[in-house]
Amino acid sequence: MLVCAGTGCRASSSDMLYKNLNKELKEHDLQDDVQVVETGCFGFCEKGPIVKVIPDNTFYVSVTPEDAKEIVAEHALKGRQVERLLYVDPVNKKHISDSKGMGFYKKQIRIALRNCGLIDPESIDEYLAADGYEALGKVLSEMTPEEAIQEMIDSGLRGRGGGGFPTGVKWQIASKVEGDQKYVVCNADEGDPGAFMDRSILEGDPHSVLEAMVINGYCIGATKGLIYIRAEYPLAIERLKIAIRQAREYGLLGTDILGSGFDFDVEIRYGAGAFVCGEETALIHSMEGERGEPTFKPPFPAQSGYLGMPTNVNNVETFANIPVIYNKGAKWFASIGTEKSKGTKVFALAGKINNVGLIEVPMGITLREVIFEIGGGIKDGKKFRAVQTGGPSGGCLTDKHLDTPIDFDNLIEAGSMMGSGGMIVMDEDDCMVSVAKFYLDFTVEESCGKCSPCRVGNKRLYELLEKITQGKADKEDLDNLRNLSMVIRDTSLCGLGQTSPNPVLSTMDNFMEEYDAHVEDQRCPAGSCKELIRYEIIPENCVGCTACARNCPVNCIAGERKQLHTIDQSLCIKCNACFEKCKFNAVAIV
Amino acid sequence: MTKIKSLADLKKKKEDLQSKIALREKSDTPEGRVLVKVAMATCGIASGSKEVMEYMVDELDKRNIDAIVTQTGCMGYCYAEPTIEVKLPDQEPVVYGYVDTRKADEIIEKYIRNQELVDGIIPVNYQTIEKDKEE
Repeated sequence: MLVCAGTGCRASSSDMLYKNLNKELKEHDLQDDVQVVETGCFGFCEKGPIVKVIPDNTFYVSVTPEDAKEIVAEHALKGRQVERLLYVDPVNKKHISDSKGMGFYKKQIRIALRNCGLIDPESIDEYLAADGYEALGKVLSEMTPEEAIQEMIDSGLRGRGGGGFPTGVKWQIASKVEGDQKYVVCNADEGDPGAFMDRSILEGDPHSVLEAMVINGYCIGATKGLIYIRAEYPLAIERLKIAIRQAREYGLLGTDILGSGFDFDVEIRYGAGAFVCGEETALIHSMEGERGEPTFKPPFPAQSGYLGMPTNVNNVETFANIPVIYNKGAKWFASIGTEKSKGTKVFALAGKINNVGLIEVPMGITLREVIFEIGGGIKDGKKFRAVQTGGPSGGCLTDKHLDTPIDFDNLIEAGSMMGSGGMIVMDEDDCMVSVAKFYLDFTVEESCGKCSPCRVGNKRLYELLEKITQGKADKEDLDNLRNLSMVIRDTSLCGLGQTSPNPVLSTMDNFMEEYDAHVEDQRCPAGSCKELIRYEIIPENCVGCTACARNCPVNCIAGERKQLHTIDQSLCIKCNACFEKCKFNAVAIV
Repeated sequence: MTKIKSLADLKKKKEDLQSKIALREKSDTPEGRVLVKVAMATCGIASGSKEVMEYMVDELDKRNIDAIVTQTGCMGYCYAEPTIEVKLPDQEPVVYGYVDTRKADEIIEKYIRNQELVDGIIPVNYQTIEKDKEE
């Protein structure tokens, strides 16, 4: 019997349930025949606590500690399922006895991550055994480039790097442009704070990216491939190098690939980690040895890209999807997802969430399912506040968006974006003005400085936000904040500047009351802006244990043992140590 | 290494490799061969999976357990790193999270030797493409 001991289930007494099950088994003298094991999160916290009985795969939901008796007496002893605890299918209202038929397994489908955690990334043989390079073989020997591009268009795959441009259409454009030497570029310059799916794919399944690049080359008539990867990803680089060497040894890169007469080879280029180099024109300039600055589009890279030649740039996750599409067909891929966003998307769950990690979900899933089911809910049982998607270019979404199906278009409509798939979850302790300031700090740092709206505008935005968090701003500053945001959005040269005000605009749209509190009352509702809060001792609760005084780094707390303590506000640096150390709730943030 | 020269070549190679892997997994010896995969992406290594992998290789050898220890990429359970997957002959693979050398020792003694499950299993909560095919 597997009992979930994830944070969510534990909060609803799964530890008691675990003890009771053991106790009941002992009473029936079954402790040697049935084993009770605590497991990690099942990702089904909404219906917790969960008990799974193997080998018959019975899945019990919402089990209370008192149910242990019945489970042991009925299931363990007599082999009969306890029907009332079985999961009920929400659609046909039937009890589901075998967990394999349950919908929650379908919440995650691994397509791009299919081999991550399954095969040895440093062995091409394991990749080959997992259908590796079969898509390439099929495309090279059975399809014309036009047919292969059509398949890509039919699949409905859209760029996973953030833009969401249809991949097949991008290929078609590149294939029609004439050029002496065309290039395929893999964008592995993953820069969004908190997003790490590209790194994981390159570390776990580098061959899938290589295979897709060769297919891409065949489709558009390119014979050279370049992978632009951040130098900060040493392990991914090492595994890519091994993969390239192995693919060359097998003749899957090089001349006359699989007897088709088609030549293709891949080289690695290193990026120095500038965020703007994820933008394709800046990326290309960086590879050429120029400054990593974007240029105006058109001309698009498909017309004039690397060294002025037609170039197709796709992101790592986009490439990782491609071999599967040819193996299983465009129709299969298009059957997953929503009308305009097909397939799955990998998200990096981070922030105040229990199950931090990488998940891959079909498009159209709701934020609620991602955060509260797969993600296991908010840490320490706190209240959900907002989720930031799309990195520094995205926006914050709130509980009113929890049931919106996630896809490219819905997220933009809600005031955020898909981006590369970072998802940072925030709880009630996060001040939304500070969150906006945090992202602005990042864009100010990463602005390349070429155009003034971005270079100067973002700096001014940051200063306005700083003024607000210090409680020194007035109403006019709020108007300026919004106006300046719109100007930067409308007049910047590239995506970085055009989207950098998004965190400000979306927090202003969804959390205006917090901005008002900072400006009108000089108060930070979340209690996180240091200039606006004060630590005070609540006399009724203080027992005089001296814990706060002993832990204060600046010795600003006075008070004898068993006497009321006091904080000297002029010395306090607001480090939060006293608040954390007090066991009697006697330190308050006001 | 010989080059693969055509699609037919590739398919043959794949079948060879698959049967080799199948043979490895369904070994007939009484104890069979145990397969241990250690998640060795940046997240895993940062949490100590290199140590766990070395420990597994050394200890399984020392304790005379016929096992193959390989590395793999990120399984996605970054919150529970280091994670390892253990597959006993003719059984479904089981993933364990928060594995340090002490936990690894427990897994070897209890699970690998006696097929007795150990606390800390991470349940599978996703669908793979293959499973989809069966439907």
